[in-house]
Amino acid sequence: MSPTDPTAGSTDSAGSDGEAPVLSVRGLKKSFGTNTVLRGIDLDVPRGSVVALIGPSGSGKTTILRSLNGLEIPDAGTVAVAGDDGGSAGSTRPPLAVDFAAKVGTKAIAALRDRSAMVFQHYNLFPHMTVLQNVTEGPIQVHKRPRAQVVAEAEKLLDRVGLLEKKDAYPFELSGGQQQRVGIVRALALKPQLLLFDEPTSALDPELVGDVLEVIKELADEGWTMVMVTHELAFARQTADEVIFMDGGVVVERGPAQEVLRAPKEERTQQFVRRLLHEF
Amino acid sequence: MNLDLALRSLGPMLLEAVRGTIPLTLISFALGLLIALLIALMRISGNSILAAIARVYVSIIRGTPLLVQLFVIFYGLPSLGIKLDPWPSAVIAFSLNVGGYAAEIIRAAILSVPRGQWEAGHTIGMSRGQTLLRIILPQAARVSVPPLSNTFISLVKDTSLASLILVTELFRAAQQVAAFSQEFMLLYLEAALIYWVICLGLSTVQSMLEKRLDRYVAH
Repeated sequence: MSPTDPTAGSTDSAGSDGEAPVLSVRGLKKSFGTNTVLRGIDLDVPRGSVVALIGPSGSGKTTILRSLNGLEIPDAGTVAVAGDDGGSAGSTRPPLAVDFAAKVGTKAIAALRDRSAMVFQHYNLFPHMTVLQNVTEGPIQVHKRPRAQVVAEAEKLLDRVGLLEKKDAYPFELSGGQQQRVGIVRALALKPQLLLFDEPTSALDPELVGDVLEVIKELADEGWTMVMVTHELAFARQTADEVIFMDGGVVVERGPAQEVLRAPKEERTQQFVRRLLHEF
Repeated sequence: MNLDLALRSLGPMLLEAVRGTIPLTLISFALGLLIALLIALMRISGNSILAAIARVYVSIIRGTPLLVQLFVIFYGLPSLGIKLDPWPSAVIAFSLNVGGYAAEIIRAAILSVPRGQWEAGHTIGMSRGQTLLRIILPQAARVSVPPLSNTFISLVKDTSLASLILVTELFRAAQQVAAFSQEFMLLYLEAALIYWVICLGLSTVQSMLEKRLDRYVAH
């Protein structure tokens, strides 16, 4: 809120040739008390690409995702998001850079949140709102867009994921898979530059996972830029352009999905992949 | 029993219920809820000074008798040069009292909403205030209706204490007729009956409200 906030403004970092990544993270660090969860993470996500973060629990992958959405405030590091012309309210979004080494104000966090939308492991739908209200709440209340237009878009998105006839239902009336698809539509309705998925299928019954993964796969094929934390390695192999294996707050190995998941170079990655794919 | 007197006194007593007891209750409860929300937000604000002030407030309100609070405001404040009429004195005392009790209810109700709901609000771009108003409080309301109804029903009956600072309300009307007619049992039972009927009505409203707020919860 402070008018002198040094991070609220944006710096022009995007090249004019459109080659600059949508998201560029440098030196991200975060500790909770004495527990260091991120020890300097770099990450570049080109437009239209899908990056999968994998690794054992506690490796810091979820913290990265939450930092990108301002749900955690890192201790140091920068997050830069390219500009785009298809903003949430049809407006142009200028390039944005947030430096967490300085004090980060509410305005900078709000600007950061405007760029991405999060899909949560436990859906976190608003239980007191219908499916349609869940989806339209952000565009209407935050982006102040006209209701009729927002509702029409929301219905189209719900139709896409096969949930249009559920638009007046409350979340408790839906299965987990249906709730998560609403969660995805709620994120899409914000027209973010970046979709963030935090273990989107981990809370689902096994027979409901497929539907949700299929929706995410479609979005990837459509050209959405996505960062996802997942334990579904087979899915990551199919969908992700880059896979990043993390352990202990550092990137252990990164590369094309096929390489990292089929023929990992690092021993820790090999162990992790072997355990998740075979040993049960 | 003097049935004729009972019928003749019913009119004036109901009139004072409608003119005194009910508006006194409604106004004090509404103001009390605002105070309670403020105190509850101070307690969960994360600011230790605000939280301490809120804790002391709740402690004083809950740790002293309502009758003493009424007397301090009506009979005590004039010695500091603040002279209030009976009605405003009663409204202030009851509002402050409700504020203290309801603050704890509202605080607990807000804290009962999962943290993921705050995060979901933030992630769609809402500010803290927007998330509180549109996401958290509607869910907290559902949890707090039963305990707040308790507070409300207690308040209806507590307003009878206002008769002791000269506010004309239901119980004072009963006292006046009783003193005049010497039919104490009859008139006080009649007053009790009217309070009971009012509270029965409120319980019905409570059930309706709970049902409405429960529509989005699995049964």
